[in-house]
Amino acid sequence: MSAGTPLTRDYRYDGSWDGLLCCLFETYERRELPQAVYSHEDVQQTLYPAVEIVTDPNKAGRVKHAMLPKIGPSAKELAEHAFLTCLPQKEVWILRFLRLAFRHGPPVMNMLTQPAVHTLNKAVLHLQHESHQYQGFVRFSVSQGALWSVIEPKNQVLPLLAPHFCQRFCNEAFLIYDKTHDQALVYQNGRHEILPLLAFEPPEPDETELRYRKLWHTFYDAIGIRDRENLRLRMTHMQKRYWKHLTEMQYNPFRSGHAEPEQSGEAQNFARSSGVLPSDSGSIMP
Amino acid sequence: MQTLKKLKILSDSAKYDVACTSSGVDRGASENGGMGNAMASGICHSFSADGRCISLLKVLMTNSCVYDCKYCVNRRSNDVPRATFQPRELADLAMNFYRRNYIEGLFLSSGILKNPDYTCERMIEVLRILREEYHFNGYIHAKAIPGADSLLVGRLGALADRMSVNIEMPSQKSLALLAPDKSKTNILKPMGFITGKIKENATELVRYRHTPKFAPAGQSTQMIIGATPDSDFQILKLTEALYQRYELKRVFFSAYIPVSNDPLLPALTVKPPLLREHRLYQADWLLRFYGFAADELLDETHQSFHPMLDPKCNWALNHLELFPVDVNRAPYEMILRVPGIGVKSARRITAARRSGTLRTDDLKKLGVVMKRARYFVTAAGRGERPPALTRDAVLRALVSDSCRELYEPQGEQLSLFPAPKPQLWGEEAMQCLPGPR
Repeated sequence: MSAGTPLTRDYRYDGSWDGLLCCLFETYERRELPQAVYSHEDVQQTLYPAVEIVTDPNKAGRVKHAMLPKIGPSAKELAEHAFLTCLPQKEVWILRFLRLAFRHGPPVMNMLTQPAVHTLNKAVLHLQHESHQYQGFVRFSVSQGALWSVIEPKNQVLPLLAPHFCQRFCNEAFLIYDKTHDQALVYQNGRHEILPLLAFEPPEPDETELRYRKLWHTFYDAIGIRDRENLRLRMTHMQKRYWKHLTEMQYNPFRSGHAEPEQSGEAQNFARSSGVLPSDSGSIMP
Repeated sequence: MQTLKKLKILSDSAKYDVACTSSGVDRGASENGGMGNAMASGICHSFSADGRCISLLKVLMTNSCVYDCKYCVNRRSNDVPRATFQPRELADLAMNFYRRNYIEGLFLSSGILKNPDYTCERMIEVLRILREEYHFNGYIHAKAIPGADSLLVGRLGALADRMSVNIEMPSQKSLALLAPDKSKTNILKPMGFITGKIKENATELVRYRHTPKFAPAGQSTQMIIGATPDSDFQILKLTEALYQRYELKRVFFSAYIPVSNDPLLPALTVKPPLLREHRLYQADWLLRFYGFAADELLDETHQSFHPMLDPKCNWALNHLELFPVDVNRAPYEMILRVPGIGVKSARRITAARRSGTLRTDDLKKLGVVMKRARYFVTAAGRGERPPALTRDAVLRALVSDSCRELYEPQGEQLSLFPAPKPQLWGEEAMQCLPGPR
């Protein structure tokens, strides 16, 4: 490294996977590892000069071509999945991991104690866990024959959810809107696509929809055993951040309809904790 | 009666059934163009206020019952509202819940209406509508009705993914006392029949690829804990026998929740034995995934689990001569037996040690719970010396904080004069510890 070049430099790229592969190409070309990598959407946080990395399909193609034979399918998949996670500075970690992978080949997947491998594994585990939970926690509503749902995940789970839901509801048309990343998974007539979607206005539920929501609330309230109540355990398995979009965790006016007014204190406590009544029922109920 | 009211009554009566898993079968999108698939890992769709997973629409076909089992809410002599689903009504409900992704499938059990055969036929009708008319490919768990004709049980198994027969009580004596209408042979007969059918089906599938599958996700059962004086050792031996002889996928335990004032049962004020149920599940995992045998965990002289230690820690404490284990050399089976190391971390250890020597600090990265494991493992690296491996020191450290509160007096008054050493555990708790053999 010649005198005068700063020891650490930041990269700036267009935020795409191909762009990141070009960054990797540049790290070899320039024989350096950037301190931080920003996409165009991020606000630059340091005073170091950032090098603009232009996405060149030729360079990205060369990296892609070399990837599979050199590092193996599982390392490739780990890097690709890591790109979908919410890990802070994921780009730098992916670059560090890929350089390690290109040096050691497929056995890099066994080097679990290496910081880059460990960090990426942890982040991808979080992504996979979240996407598995969303396979259960997505709640569809039916309007005009089509299904729609809103989710607010931390990671970009839609690419992982797509095969599952496309297979499960192969005869339906559905839309899953990811509010955090402003994306939507749209499926219709055997084709699916993940599209950017800035806002989504959920349609008003019709009568049939309300009927099934009410049936589901009834089932949810009946299935819990009062003598075993364990709200902490429920929170461990189903974190509160998911509750916002779960039908059964909503307080709904029709629910109070079947909660008898002359409940004993104990029963009301349970009803409140299981979501039947709002925590301060006195002020909301007429 | 309205569907809403029926659902309320029939899911309320089904809530004590524990087997709400949707795992064990992988089925992709079908050629018949129907809705649904099944995942081998199972998917939880929600969690109820008691913290248990809701995966399947768990309902009874009917809660009217001709039997009078004393531990059951639906017994004939109990005065509760009764309801019965029409087969099509239930199938429609399941399809609509499934479409909204509320559930993973259907769990169908039933009280005995008229006689076992009639009840079984009605359950078959629900499953037939779902599978053959609606082309539903999701998960279905069906309870086999003891006493029903084997042809009907066979038909039920051909439509369902998992079958189960409740063994109810851990011994024949308890069963005779509390469920006078049921007998051990009556329960074990359909269980054996299903095991035989599954085996037969496995060989047929090899020979003819398109043989219809019979209960592809296997068979499970459940028993009630704490309603009778059966000991943990008896229950665990029975569990082991069920896994070995009947090749069950799961045995579920359900802590008895007092539902009746019968003099033969615990009083209504008795709390459900949740800790005991938890220990049994821990031991169940040790049997299925960790290569333990029931005799290693408990024996004739030590009939119940240690209240403060999990069964694995307890076993390790009684076999201190086998520890510490060198994580860089020991075989997988031995690493798996270290408290604080599970199946996943044991696999990670065997993978990671191929690429380099493991140090103590590395173990934490591999998912090992060092709080427990540090007494039992050695690794490379200078590190601090491993803590002393004596029975007392380890026991003191392993008792979890939540359990310690149960046994130690709280808020002790400090004294100027040295007080006698506080006792860590009660006399009765001591007796639970299996001594060195």
